[in-house]
Amino acid sequence: MSALGEARPQPAPTGRSLGSIRRSFAPWADPAEVPLIEFARVSKRFGSFAAVSELDLAIYRREFHALLGPSGCGKSTLLRMLAGFEEPTSGEVRLDGQTLNGIPPHKRPVNMMFQSYALFPHMSVEKNVEFGLKQDGMARSERADRVAEMLKLVKLEPFRSRKPAQLSGGQQQRVALARSLAKRPKVLLLDEPLGALDKKLREETQFELMDLQQSLGLTFLIVTHDQEEAMTMADRISVMREGRIAQVGTPETVYEAPASRYVAEFVGGVNILSGTVAERRGDRVRLTVPGGIIEADVPVGSRLQTGSPAVFAVRPEKLRIARHAPADPGVNAFRGEVWDIAYLGDMTLFNARLPGGEILKAATVNAARASAEPLGYEEEVWLTFAPDAGVVLPE
Amino acid sequence: MSADVAEPAGAPAARPAPEPAGPERIADSASFRRLVVGLPFVWLLLLFLVPFLLVLKISLSTLALGQPPYEPVFPLAEIASFGERLRELSFENYLFLTDDPLYLDSLISSLVTASVSTVLALLVAYPFALGLARAPERLRPMLLVLTILPFWTSFLIRVYAWMGILRNEGFLNQLLLWLGLIDQPLVILNTNTAVLIGIVYSYLPFMVLPIYASLERQDPRLLEAAADLGSPPARAFWQVTFPLSLPGVLAGCLLVFIPAVGEFVIPDLLGGSETLMIGKTLWNEFFINRDWPVASAVAVVLLVLLVGPLLLLQRARGSAGAGAL
Repeated sequence: MSALGEARPQPAPTGRSLGSIRRSFAPWADPAEVPLIEFARVSKRFGSFAAVSELDLAIYRREFHALLGPSGCGKSTLLRMLAGFEEPTSGEVRLDGQTLNGIPPHKRPVNMMFQSYALFPHMSVEKNVEFGLKQDGMARSERADRVAEMLKLVKLEPFRSRKPAQLSGGQQQRVALARSLAKRPKVLLLDEPLGALDKKLREETQFELMDLQQSLGLTFLIVTHDQEEAMTMADRISVMREGRIAQVGTPETVYEAPASRYVAEFVGGVNILSGTVAERRGDRVRLTVPGGIIEADVPVGSRLQTGSPAVFAVRPEKLRIARHAPADPGVNAFRGEVWDIAYLGDMTLFNARLPGGEILKAATVNAARASAEPLGYEEEVWLTFAPDAGVVLPE
Repeated sequence: MSADVAEPAGAPAARPAPEPAGPERIADSASFRRLVVGLPFVWLLLLFLVPFLLVLKISLSTLALGQPPYEPVFPLAEIASFGERLRELSFENYLFLTDDPLYLDSLISSLVTASVSTVLALLVAYPFALGLARAPERLRPMLLVLTILPFWTSFLIRVYAWMGILRNEGFLNQLLLWLGLIDQPLVILNTNTAVLIGIVYSYLPFMVLPIYASLERQDPRLLEAAADLGSPPARAFWQVTFPLSLPGVLAGCLLVFIPAVGEFVIPDLLGGSETLMIGKTLWNEFFINRDWPVASAVAVVLLVLLVGPLLLLQRARGSAGAGAL
């Protein structure tokens, strides 16, 4: 059953709750827009290991951008190159049109929130927040005002004279946030900022961070391995793999139109069926897979041709599961038996086993409190889907 | 560097709690703990407290010609007549210490010498410890072994070796003459300078190790955070690294200062007639003057003076956990 739990699909994002202004925020689609951050053919090698390879990425002002990927994909290295803790082996990192190469971290107008928070243990909350302002030689009264403002922002005023060790994990996280925001950086870098928080607090904090980013009008670049977190918060996501970017796009694009099997599998739950392209007509292909025939869309610009191996990727919530055979059981329909059932409250996940042994995952939303005839184990079912429910990708 | 490359694995899944130990196991471990903690206490009681009480007893007696060279107070056989004996106690040895300026002078001189050598040792040891703590991880164990390697040779022999180095025609003078830095050999041996050199050299590892321990445990991310917030490396050292290493610095200073105050061998071998140290005075009282009561009084005063720093050390260890010791 554990495999089922992991395969829980991401509910399709319905856009952000921040109104129409936010929904139309898409500077990356505007060719006239100048990016705030640019990685230009950036590589970083540690000995013989290439952490980042010839990577290009542009991030725009006021964007909430997420670097998403598994451990060791180079996302933290990318962040650290922007902060100045690592120098690129080759390529250029630019901020606001100026190169950052060779500029030490203490001279860069970006601030970072560390995964471990890295709060100064010998300083009070107040002194921690004030630290960056002091380095700039800001006047004492101005500093005090800014610290007060920051502590108010993160609701930590009653704890101003405590030491970090006297705070809870969530409070420490907010001190780290206040400290990294105090200098009003051009870009805030967040390295797995919520990793140490429990699930409930993490979800609350995600929304707090989004509101903060909106109200301060800052550019946020966050590193995370949690796709749910990336999808919740980010305007755009860069899915990374082995030092390269596998896909950049809005959460919707990455989820609904993954550019590769890797992206499809990394972001959300997915069913993968391998087969061969039997026929291609425009953006529609006919794919023969063991146990059936699939007709589905290919992404724009796909080079799949007749005879080439391909996979069909479809999200579990886009499969319909029913007892009765569809009208045309020859195409986009598979017969199987219910192998596992996971009731999750808001939805139920079914693992259906095809005659060939493949498992297909289907999710149904439990819109009603009780179903008249719930599907049971080992029941014979039909799994069907629309031609635009999934995508055909190169193997 | 590989540690920087690795991506954080995120929140680790909660591990299952270890199996609770059975009742027998707890009983076992409790009695084992009593044994482990108790044995050193018995040891200290027999070999520290009892001798100290003997010294205290001698310090309260009067000088006598004979063997032992003092009038016994509290002979164990007459423990019954306690009150009577109490009246016979003599504090004149302690009063004598204030009469003769020799004792006060050598005490002050010892404290000054110990303080100066502690500061010198700190100045030498801090960069040393910092270098150790920042050295590549695979080199550190070897560097640590090198740091304590001198302990494999007898302390006495190492101090004798310094006599060879510091002599007028010793290695140091030969080197300086050869380099043309001096025309005349420097007179270092049998001066206070030689004593300082000897103490700093001998006690350096006691300074290095606790400072190293406190530096090594510091999260390197703290320095990154300082840099990120605009603090250049030199400033970040004073704002972050140094304050966080203070418990180690304090522990190291006390570990050097406390034994240096009572040091005898180094001033005896490397010092000259001008060198006045309480350890040497103590030795002279015991073995040259054979005035055991006064010598014991000096020893007791020295110990009482060092109780303060010792308590401080205890605290510093508590907070610094001077792990390397």
